Amino acid sequence: MTDKDWRNFGLAVVGLAIAACLPLSGNGYYLTIGVTIAMYVVLATSWALFSGPTHYISLATAAFYGLGTYVVALGIDDVPYIVLLVIALVVGAVSAALVGLATLRLSGVYFVIFTLGLAEMVRQVVTWVQSNWGGHQGNYVLTDITEEIIYWELLALAACVYLAGWLIGRSRLGFALKIIGNDEVVAAHSGINTARSKVLLFMVSGMVASLVGAILAPRWTYIEPSIAFSPMLSFQVVIMALLGGVKRLWGPLVGVIPFTLLWEAVSISFPNQTLLLMGVAFLLIVYTIPHGFVGLLETYSARFRERKG
Amino acid sequence: MARSILSVQNLTKKFGGLVAVNGMTFDVGEHEVLGLIGPNGSGKTTMMNLISGALKPTSGSISLQGTRISDLPAQEINRKGVARTFQLVRLLPSLNVIENVIAGAVFGHRKRWGVEAENYAREMLERVGLQVAGDAPVSTLTYIDQKRLELARVLASDPKILLLDEWLAGLNPTELETGISLIRDLRNDGRTIILVEHVMDAIRSLCDRCVVMNSGTKIAEGTPAEVLADREVIRAYLGDDDA
Repeated sequence: MTDKDWRNFGLAVVGLAIAACLPLSGNGYYLTIGVTIAMYVVLATSWALFSGPTHYISLATAAFYGLGTYVVALGIDDVPYIVLLVIALVVGAVSAALVGLATLRLSGVYFVIFTLGLAEMVRQVVTWVQSNWGGHQGNYVLTDITEEIIYWELLALAACVYLAGWLIGRSRLGFALKIIGNDEVVAAHSGINTARSKVLLFMVSGMVASLVGAILAPRWTYIEPSIAFSPMLSFQVVIMALLGGVKRLWGPLVGVIPFTLLWEAVSISFPNQTLLLMGVAFLLIVYTIPHGFVGLLETYSARFRERKG
Repeated sequence: MARSILSVQNLTKKFGGLVAVNGMTFDVGEHEVLGLIGPNGSGKTTMMNLISGALKPTSGSISLQGTRISDLPAQEINRKGVARTFQLVRLLPSLNVIENVIAGAVFGHRKRWGVEAENYAREMLERVGLQVAGDAPVSTLTYIDQKRLELARVLASDPKILLLDEWLAGLNPTELETGISLIRDLRNDGRTIILVEHVMDAIRSLCDRCVVMNSGTKIAEGTPAEVLADREVIRAYLGDDDA
């Protein structure tokens, strides 16, 4: 590890330690926002692990997230919670592998549409199965897991995601993904198994999303398909990640925090126009800051250095 | 011809009704430089794409040292030691110069990683005569330097066979001389090279043998002097009146 790595590692530990103290404030409202932010940090960062280097925009986050939620919803009465988390992880990984194998041959807009359709399809299937055999639409998740515990679980997961992202970035797999994102033909002709590399990374982001769903399930107490598989979630993750910037591991973080706070204000002031405003936000981000805050920052720092030098 | 390293047998590629490559058969000897020539649209690039695995043949086979490779995907063929450049240079724009070369060294025929890969990549940059900083972005390179960089990436996997698809095209006369002498150096290193080329000077001075294609079929094979004097070849290039 270089000096810079140690410095970043130190910063990350301090940041995490400060974030972990939030529940001690005793303010329920801050904690609620904290959980939302932690959730989106994990989702957007793991989304960017795959979509950042490959430029494959996945809208399947809600599908994996929903699967994780449902693992807990269906099993909470009979299986220990910790076991359910492991099952959610496995379900996320396996379903991401299947989806990946089927779709990663598609490119560009076809992949985007397929992943969006996938989340919707899983939701319809779950609804159909529940209304035909389950006898009811939703499930109760009643636990003694508090908001504090959910928050700390998410922070721990965030730490794991950052560590995994850092390791992947230094690995052959990470390098392969970068090459694939640049030119898939060159990647194949350089000996890279493009399908395998893409599926592996897609699995990482799928299983993280599923685990987030499982961790958050106790927060809802009552779960039905429209909550678990909300397509809004997929879009929000993409918007936040792009707002922050996907070229750096910490990029999504700087997108999530302002966006969540802004969104909180928007949903309070204009509860009926959230979808419309979401669309406007998406357009604004894509047109005005295509490389996110990270891109802006790097452009300005490059200009600054030029002026100095 | 020395011991055959690559053998193409009765290879055919159809795109719907169009037969781009039609029953091609030829061998490439070890340490040989083989020129694949022919008029525009004769199927040379398709032939290159079939060898590198970018396309699958409709029928026939390609073998590398006796092992059939024509069913394998491009990445497997590359790992077995066949590496190529592209007719239109393909670089990795978001990676810098040295990373572009390392990209060829990590996953291919001879795998290297970390410091070893970086040192080898620097060696390759030197080999192709590219004198720019390793951390320079590729967008700053001149055309011939882009071509050099692509060649360095391809060499970084230490391939048994090098496929050069019109590597000299688009160079000005000075650059062309540099380019020809660079390929001659590679040839003197004992590399096996298949090159698709239109530049006749290069073909004469570099190739041991030539295979001439027209409308997807082989119309001549032999030393450059032989094939360039062949009536059939002259007719293919210049038409009946000049034959």
